[in-house]
Amino acid sequence: MTAVEERQQGLPAAPRTPLLKARNLVQEFPVRGAGGVRGGVVHAVSNVSFDVYPGETLGVVGETGSGKSTLARSVIQAPRPKSGEVEFQGKDLMKLRRRDLKQARRQMQMVYQDPFGSLNPRWRIAELVEEPLIGYGEGNATSRKKRVEELLDLVGLDPSQYAKRRPHEISGGQCQRVAIARAIALDPALVICDEAVSSLDVLIQAQVLNLFEKLRRELNLSYLFIAHDLALVKQVSDRVAVMYLGQLAEIGPAEGIYRQPLHPYTSALLDSIPRIDPATGRANKPVSLPGEPPSPVDPPSGCRFRTRCPRAQTKCAEEEPQLVELLPSHQVACHFPLTMAEDELPPRPGGATQAAPTPVTSVA
Amino acid sequence: MTGDRTTFPTDDTFVSTGVIDSGAQPDRGRHAAVPGEPLLTVSDLRVQFTRGGRRINAVNGLSYEMVPGKMMAIIGESGSGKSVSSRALMGLLPGTAKISGSIRFDGRELIGLDEKELRKLRGGDIAMVFQDPARSLNPTMKIGSQITEAVRAHSDLDKKGAHARAVELLRLVRLPAPERRFHEYPHQLSGGMRQRVMIAIALAGEPRLLIADEATTALDVTTQAQIMELLVELRERLGMAVIMISHDLGLAASYAEDVVVMYAGQAVEHAPVRTLFSNVRMPYTRALLGAIPALDREPHSMLPVTPGQPPDLSALPKGCPFRPRCSNATDKCLEHPPFLEHEPDHWWACWNPAGTELDTAPEITAALTPASATEAAHHSEHDRPEDEGVAR
Repeated sequence: MTAVEERQQGLPAAPRTPLLKARNLVQEFPVRGAGGVRGGVVHAVSNVSFDVYPGETLGVVGETGSGKSTLARSVIQAPRPKSGEVEFQGKDLMKLRRRDLKQARRQMQMVYQDPFGSLNPRWRIAELVEEPLIGYGEGNATSRKKRVEELLDLVGLDPSQYAKRRPHEISGGQCQRVAIARAIALDPALVICDEAVSSLDVLIQAQVLNLFEKLRRELNLSYLFIAHDLALVKQVSDRVAVMYLGQLAEIGPAEGIYRQPLHPYTSALLDSIPRIDPATGRANKPVSLPGEPPSPVDPPSGCRFRTRCPRAQTKCAEEEPQLVELLPSHQVACHFPLTMAEDELPPRPGGATQAAPTPVTSVA
Repeated sequence: MTGDRTTFPTDDTFVSTGVIDSGAQPDRGRHAAVPGEPLLTVSDLRVQFTRGGRRINAVNGLSYEMVPGKMMAIIGESGSGKSVSSRALMGLLPGTAKISGSIRFDGRELIGLDEKELRKLRGGDIAMVFQDPARSLNPTMKIGSQITEAVRAHSDLDKKGAHARAVELLRLVRLPAPERRFHEYPHQLSGGMRQRVMIAIALAGEPRLLIADEATTALDVTTQAQIMELLVELRERLGMAVIMISHDLGLAASYAEDVVVMYAGQAVEHAPVRTLFSNVRMPYTRALLGAIPALDREPHSMLPVTPGQPPDLSALPKGCPFRPRCSNATDKCLEHPPFLEHEPDHWWACWNPAGTELDTAPEITAALTPASATEAAHHSEHDRPEDEGVAR
């Protein structure tokens, strides 16, 4: 894996043109209060910018309600974001007409979380995989049949065994393989995986993750990989974006985010993951982050994480932090990032503090 | 408001809230547990369902013991029988389920107990917290009345006393602003808060055994840590035993003292958490450990792959159920391996455990070469028998 490692280290070196460029994306949804009278606005995605380069995997992590799925849907323009820019393969998707958008979407496909819910239960596997080919008028019946067999082979399903089955006759992991076959049927440049392995058991999940990895190498795919599990995202991603309440808290190389998190939220997220050191059999004691995420209808002023942040100061309530590049290609939106030592912080009335990023303690 | 009181006398018992008198009187007028005696002994538990003429062997000879005050984790994939076996403890399985074997709780046999006795037990001595708090709570009732209902079902408190006790329970589970939340509906609470309410309801009967069935699976990782901390704290304070059922080995390793790993309705490995993870013997447990995406792995590295799917519970393979997927399998494995205590406190069911000369599996830390890993996955999927379809 050293080759991969080296390539990541030298990531920002080549001035490549991004495959997907999102700038200042904003998505908001109106909500009705009790009785349908008093309305509010859910700030689902607020001012999010990121790039995905060809052949690269960008992971997006965040808690429930952090806007990661909305972000993915904004990218594919379903529905169109309220404002911002989405440039994909040099085309501004926000300005495209419906017909041109359909052609652009051919190059960006999605894989969803629920493998059963995303496949029509009455269709056979072969029909399901053929559908996108028909939708885009690809080939004739014979060539499509050949392509379907090719695709099923590619995702590890024997066409002679599985082509005639229906979704309920195969397992969840196999359903997810079918969904992946559908996604790659049109040779897309970008595949957006929205919690694509979250509902699978760990052994099956490993099989599907390896499949994603194999396809990435063989077809030179880019992924926008969305999940709530930071360890999972780190496994597959070159770069990771951490979202909190509709905004990017931190974005940077996967290794960097894990080795040296800059945002207190990322650090808290890392601390709350239970994990085992296989060599010693010792587990860390997860450290919980107090409180709950605030409502996206009425986000806190300034930094949205300040209500739960152990390092919060008065400045955090007054001024919204912007993404700043503190380390090479590693940006963070925090007034008091973790590069700043505890004692450099302005004094504030007592309170708990977040310690080193990964305290490994043993179980009692 | 009587919410500030922590203990109060009733007609016959002294109700402990656990807030101040931390487990000072764990017996509370019921059978006192004999020290050193297991609180719960499950032996050779079997559960069988019949569906569409097919017999589904959900649990196949599960045995374990639990001492009072312990936190034990039961780990397994979907369909491994971890939930079914714990529901059997509570008598929550449908009438169509055939249950055999023995479940002794506090010296009393639970299998075959009549419904009236079971009702007393459920929510009383044994309580359960389920995965989805949104679906376990009644959306049309205020959370206060749901807790009060549980309190009154298991005590002789009057309305006022039950109300006070309910608020105390909410405080015990650290729900912010309990007096106000008391009058709110479940939809007004977040997922984590709802799970706290579920735990409060479970605690209403002052259980001696709490079963948390994937209680944190639906929650975010930061909230999960909060709820697990709460469970650990409550267990120490109230001196109850906790069985946590989970698919997450990392979670079990971080919080449990004992771990039972289940596969195809059987316990395949059982040991104290330290012993288990420093000296994994069962190839299945090792496969589980290796498949977890760990933070210290390189990005884009291939995960070690275990081929195939869990077996069809209506047509279990001969011998060891993990044999078709196991890299250590030999002809010997066609014979069912017994679940034995091979080392002190360390039980496993395997003929060729890890660390012996027949052990061929790669080290979990060593990454497989990409090509061979995916190849293995493919071939095995192709080789699978036709009828193995519905596994999930």
